[in-house]
Amino acid sequence: MAEEAKAVVGELRASFKAGRTRPAEWRAAQLRAIVRMVEEREQDITDALHADLAKPSMESYLHEISLAKAACTFALKGLKNWMKPNKVPAGVTTFPSTAQIVSEPLGVVLVISAWNYPFLLSIDPVIGAIAAGNAVVLKPSEIAPATSAMFAKLLPEYVDNSCIKVVEGSVPETTALLEQKWDKIFYTGSGNVGRIVMAAAAKHLTPVALELGGKCPAIVDSNVDLHVAMKRLAVGKWGCNNGQACIAPDYVITTKSFAPELVDSLKRVLERFYGEDPLQSADLSRIVNSNHFHRLTNLVEDKEVAQKIVYGGQTDEKQLKIAPTVLLDVPLDTGLMTSEIFGPFLPIVTVDKIEDSIDFINSKTKPLAAYLFTKDKKLQDNFVSNVPAGGMLVNDVALHLANPHLPFGGVGDSGMGSYHGKFSFDCFSHKKAVLIRGFGGEAKARYPPYTTEKQKILRGLINGSFFALILALLGFPKEKR
Amino acid sequence: MEEKPQNGGSFCLGGLVAGVREVHESGRTKEMEWRQAQIRGLIRMLTEEEDAVFDALHEDLGKHRVESFRDEVGNLVKSFRNTLQNLKKWADTPLISFPCNAMVVPEPIGVVLIFSCWNLPLGLALEPLSGALAAGNAVVLKPSELAPSTAAFLAANLPKYLDAKAVKIVQGGPEVGEGLMEHRWDKVLFTGNARVGRIIMTKAAKHLTPVALELGSKCPCIVDRINSKWECQVAVNRIVGAKWSTCAGQACIAIDYILVEEQFAPILIELLVSTLERFFTKPEYMARILNEKHFDRLANLLADHRVASSIVHGGGANRKTLTIEPTILLDPPLDSDIMTEEIFGPLLPIITVKKTEDCLAFLKPKPKPLAIYAFTKDEKLKQRIIAETSSGCVTFNDAIVQYGLDTVPFGGIGASGFGQYHGKYTFELFSHRKAVIKRSLWVEFMFRYPPWDEYRMRMLRRAFRFDYVSLVLGLLGLRQHDFKF
Repeated sequence: MAEEAKAVVGELRASFKAGRTRPAEWRAAQLRAIVRMVEEREQDITDALHADLAKPSMESYLHEISLAKAACTFALKGLKNWMKPNKVPAGVTTFPSTAQIVSEPLGVVLVISAWNYPFLLSIDPVIGAIAAGNAVVLKPSEIAPATSAMFAKLLPEYVDNSCIKVVEGSVPETTALLEQKWDKIFYTGSGNVGRIVMAAAAKHLTPVALELGGKCPAIVDSNVDLHVAMKRLAVGKWGCNNGQACIAPDYVITTKSFAPELVDSLKRVLERFYGEDPLQSADLSRIVNSNHFHRLTNLVEDKEVAQKIVYGGQTDEKQLKIAPTVLLDVPLDTGLMTSEIFGPFLPIVTVDKIEDSIDFINSKTKPLAAYLFTKDKKLQDNFVSNVPAGGMLVNDVALHLANPHLPFGGVGDSGMGSYHGKFSFDCFSHKKAVLIRGFGGEAKARYPPYTTEKQKILRGLINGSFFALILALLGFPKEKR
Repeated sequence: MEEKPQNGGSFCLGGLVAGVREVHESGRTKEMEWRQAQIRGLIRMLTEEEDAVFDALHEDLGKHRVESFRDEVGNLVKSFRNTLQNLKKWADTPLISFPCNAMVVPEPIGVVLIFSCWNLPLGLALEPLSGALAAGNAVVLKPSELAPSTAAFLAANLPKYLDAKAVKIVQGGPEVGEGLMEHRWDKVLFTGNARVGRIIMTKAAKHLTPVALELGSKCPCIVDRINSKWECQVAVNRIVGAKWSTCAGQACIAIDYILVEEQFAPILIELLVSTLERFFTKPEYMARILNEKHFDRLANLLADHRVASSIVHGGGANRKTLTIEPTILLDPPLDSDIMTEEIFGPLLPIITVKKTEDCLAFLKPKPKPLAIYAFTKDEKLKQRIIAETSSGCVTFNDAIVQYGLDTVPFGGIGASGFGQYHGKYTFELFSHRKAVIKRSLWVEFMFRYPPWDEYRMRMLRRAFRFDYVSLVLGLLGLRQHDFKF
């Protein structure tokens, strides 16, 4: 296994050194090929996602396929501009000179993907790596085996195999890959594995980007159009892989007085969306495997927790399905409130005043996303200024990941680094500073023998004084012979 | 109450770290006025205590005050003024799209730990410190114990000029550094060698702490044949300055070795020697070697007899005064330590090639350095160097000056590290760019919601093509057929 990993890296390194991945034409060709793959094989992709997660085809389209295609087209449009050196002012101290920042590929990069959006979270970083001119290995998640196999089969049919490879496998294969030297590692998944990835990267001084999880809070104020808010909250929670999404709202915070109305509205919305027997709805993903199914059912096993269920709670172990479930005021020290749920349970936490929710959120680790539903501008400003989070939305959920002009990534325990749009290109690029001087503008004041006169001129020159510059250029101080 | 600088074990450090975190969480360090006050405090400190700084740098490294001013104090004050001028702009929230109201809000990353290095003990501490404060963070600074006078200066003066509760200095050796890394930080910036860099990143991984590593490397300097005598002299001035007048070559961006056409080498050496004589008329104009350990390390580089026999100038060394003469070597063996390890001292190997373009093939297999320098007027060669080599930065016809340029990022790549700073890049290094979208509750796309059917699928496809006209017509029921997205 180690030998195979080494061979893969070796081949990619040779291709990169040969310069295959650098020209804009090559990058554009790969991106266009991925667009073609998404268009021609949409059904294969949808089928794989359905096999892995019972993902409704609408979700597959909305959250994975269309976003992957949009990422390619955005990169294709921006590529030439992104690749251009960025000219910057060079300042008085090095006059005359020009300065620019040149984007160059990092080299050979490793993308390790997750199981919940197994298509998008694989192809999206790969798109960024290609756009930036790197060679890339994709290691799809083995917990979504149909999608992993689909990548292994389809990707080589469309892209340049000498520079873009898919390596399937589980822990041993991933470990073997992590032992190699990469120029960057991009990992999406859990904090525990994120730590392992970063420690492995440290051995080779490899920079990493980690897209991790967290408990994404959703504050719901009473000053709100409740029905619309609940629809958006519901589709952001259960319409995103049945809650198995890093940016799905993990829990809701609202005031004690507003909670009953909120629960009522949410129940009505859920019934509209998923009918009276949600386990039969085709619009709900299943739980990915029995490991996670049991992890989730264990969270509500405790009597103290189970009695807080106000809606839902049905499960079907054979089909690995769990219905949308809402709980009210579970004890704060249970697993449901201390770890990332990543499933269809939505605890509602109540506070006395809505402003208290800010301190509550900040008492936990920084989430990947935080949400607020309110019309109150003051509360909105308070929220934006005082809640650190990867990203945030007011009056909606999850949309920010679809905006290619916004950096998507975590902070603190929810990760490091960001991507999407040009940020993907930047994530996989080295920004090389290039300073070009001529032989003019020679300032003798820089060199020994050091004198007080020189120091005076240097003082002015370093501070950007044109007068000092003139003096320096005229050869002051004149050297005593 | 004035707080004493902290030394010692993890137990004391726990209290210090918790205290700094509390200050940050109180929101004080986010205020714009606070950030500006800290930067002004730094400017005042360096202006009022300039003489004390020069004394400390002279004690630690034998730096002449002009060198200290040029490379550390002057550069820092300029950088601080630049930060003060631009801070509001950097912290501003650019609006990205309307009417969706999407923006990127830079927020402080939190509590930052900065390890600085001994060779530019003031600059490598205060440059990142100023940026971290500008970005609204609380900071713990661990100066290098190998430059004790500067560390003591910082410990005594930073609490006087800055908010002593939000900016802490921790003195001590490697065990203190390790103790600090047992704690959780929101970002760690480390300047130093790769061995310690690996340890720092491994410890940081336990807490998912992001790091920036500014490491060392062998910075090559390509010298092309230059026909004009005057231009040649200018080039040599700059090479001599970049090697010997910057901490006696003990700088991560000093020229480590030269690559030159074999026919041109004798001319270059002659000019180097005459320029050295003209510049270093007194021994005080060149910094000394840090300590006996580094002196011995450098002396050992010359111990190999194949290396010793390649010395064409200098070679003299005095362990008592910790001084080594500017030393030039011609074609020492490429497998000797002096050509495989970072020199970090006043020894300059000159490696000859048949033609200047051969330098590119020479550099390609080598670890990526912090900087590549090239003295040339050949535009094609310049483009080839930019396109075919990889390094933290490239500077043409000068060296080291890129360090003082606020508009370009400073940092390594590959073996020379990752993470960049200087100017607004320091602000960005210590900020988190938070994506924020504000929506209204009354513009609704019904087809977002389950239960999902073909009609909703069609509408979504339209929306994703941003085909608003088609979308509106569809919503109004005025358009039936569809285009595949």
